[in-house]
Amino acid sequence: MNPQAASPQALAEALERTGYLPDEGLATAAFLALSMHRPLFLEGDAGVGKTSLAGALAEVLDAPLVRLQCYEGIDAAQALYDWDFPRQVLHLRAAEGRDPDELERSLYDRRFLVARPILQAIEQAPCVLLIDEIDRADDEFEAFLLEVLAENAVTIPEIGTIRAETPPLVVLTSNRTREVHDALKRRCLYHWLPHPSYEREVAILQRRLPEVAERLARDVARVTARLREADLLKPPGVAESLDWALALHLLGARSLDADNAAATLGAVLKYHEDAVRARATVLAELTG
Amino acid sequence: MTASALGIVLGFARTLRHAGVPATPDRVQAMITALDHLDVASPVDTYWAGRLTLCGDPADLARYDAAFAAYFGGVPIVRPPRVVTQLRAVPLDVDEDEGSGEGGDARLAGRASRQEVLRHRDLAGLSAAERDEVRRMLALLAPRVGRRRTRRYGRARNGRVDLERTVRRMLRQGGEPTRLAHRARRRKPRRLVVLADVSGSMEPYADAVLRFAHAAVRAAPFNTEVFTLGTRLTRITRELRARDPDAALRAATAAIPDWSGGTRLGDALKVFLDQWGQRGVARGAVVVLCSDGWERGDPTQLGAQVARLARLAHAVVWVNPHKGKPGYEPITGGMVAALPHIDHLVAGHSLAAFEQLAQIIAEA
Repeated sequence: MNPQAASPQALAEALERTGYLPDEGLATAAFLALSMHRPLFLEGDAGVGKTSLAGALAEVLDAPLVRLQCYEGIDAAQALYDWDFPRQVLHLRAAEGRDPDELERSLYDRRFLVARPILQAIEQAPCVLLIDEIDRADDEFEAFLLEVLAENAVTIPEIGTIRAETPPLVVLTSNRTREVHDALKRRCLYHWLPHPSYEREVAILQRRLPEVAERLARDVARVTARLREADLLKPPGVAESLDWALALHLLGARSLDADNAAATLGAVLKYHEDAVRARATVLAELTG
Repeated sequence: MTASALGIVLGFARTLRHAGVPATPDRVQAMITALDHLDVASPVDTYWAGRLTLCGDPADLARYDAAFAAYFGGVPIVRPPRVVTQLRAVPLDVDEDEGSGEGGDARLAGRASRQEVLRHRDLAGLSAAERDEVRRMLALLAPRVGRRRTRRYGRARNGRVDLERTVRRMLRQGGEPTRLAHRARRRKPRRLVVLADVSGSMEPYADAVLRFAHAAVRAAPFNTEVFTLGTRLTRITRELRARDPDAALRAATAAIPDWSGGTRLGDALKVFLDQWGQRGVARGAVVVLCSDGWERGDPTQLGAQVARLARLAHAVVWVNPHKGKPGYEPITGGMVAALPHIDHLVAGHSLAAFEQLAQIIAEA
């Protein structure tokens, strides 16, 4: 086993070196996903770092990251594999007159197969396979995914079964726009990713944006935490607080005040109602 | 793992099941495997091994913590503050204070109390013959929802050329061009969301509303969501998936903590939109809101939330049992605030009214 994944603490330290600061629960979850060869199912508000964990894990394991973004209507041809039909037709035309059996065999050769993310991951393993926003895909797609995750193999009728020698580390994320079937969740380790604590958020800001003044990072973390409690339609995630700190820094701010906060509010709040509410409550406190 | 440690884990799983977390045997097996990789003697490791394997839903986490504390005598981690699912508690004496000023007001009788009555309603008393008949008819309604175009393609007579199948046909014919295959977007029923007010003033109709919701869930189990609104929001979709209407209703009733309590419709609707609606449950859906519109809270809050719901949903249908009564005018504060944003206002006092509702849902 990778020495960096010998214990939850070792993995947490390795993740921190890549710039991703996990809490204890997340480090344990990732450690168990690696040692139990189980997919990791992450839920949490948008922007808390579900997707970036997969990137950080790939970096720690020094393995490629294969990403499958889910959307409504996604099917096996987009997730698994597809045949390169135009090339097959060309091959057929070029080889006219040859023995039909041999021709058919050569037609369904690996070189005419277009590998999509899941097949890529199986072939490239060890790697990290990120199945992003599984809740956006239809439920038929989940049933199909279940088969792949259970077997770590893809069966192609014309070629046979392609099996991963070492199973890829699978990270699934969901924003809970709909409930994912229990059958899929049961095969995974389930972790709810909360918003970070104030100290951790300051650490994340300083780690990811070292150019930002410390005072500004603390201000942004404090006000973002207040905004999360302000009963907004879309509470800001870490992604938003990073954007906000960067926006303020680019405007030359060294600390947060009512004026520069109002000017950059669009980086952190994405609903008009939220902006109005924040101006009246949280930002008003900055002046006072 | 030693036999004693195994016994402790199995005992904990039993405690957890009693607390309402579905700790199935395969999940327990996963916890045991997880503990093999961690330190069994460490409370922190035990906590995470169990939480990561036995839970499957944010709602499970609080129950897990409670069961863990009860079984092991404390939770070994500091939980970050989480957004709480239930609404703020309201002091019980508010009612008297406000009521004293308008004593004798006839509207008071119809108005819901703010007191949250955490008791279970007994359905055993409702065994009159006509009532059974109505229930059987309700169970047969099977409301279907209008369809929408999806992004998924299927075979079609005409439409865009299906390159994949056309080329497959060509391959079979030795590369000779052949008949074109076509494809078109598939159609799928829209999601149906039923929001049922279960406050005291809706009590005579709530049973019928939930039976209607059960019929809808049975007709499309994974395309229907049912929530109850009272002093808090409760999701009862899972409970209603049971085949037998009486068993489903028993399970749902057991899951609703605020049956026949007060209404803060605007607040409960806001919780629904924050936690479910805006994330996707209400998007493009047909939303049926069953309530008499008696609002204990601020009617402007209700108006704002119904407006938000209308922006997300395909259609908002408001079912008000009083609408079927002669001389009804939507004058209660809540109804007035909500009226500009709803697409259909229908009655919900009789079986005929529910049949009409099913018709509207199908055409929405």
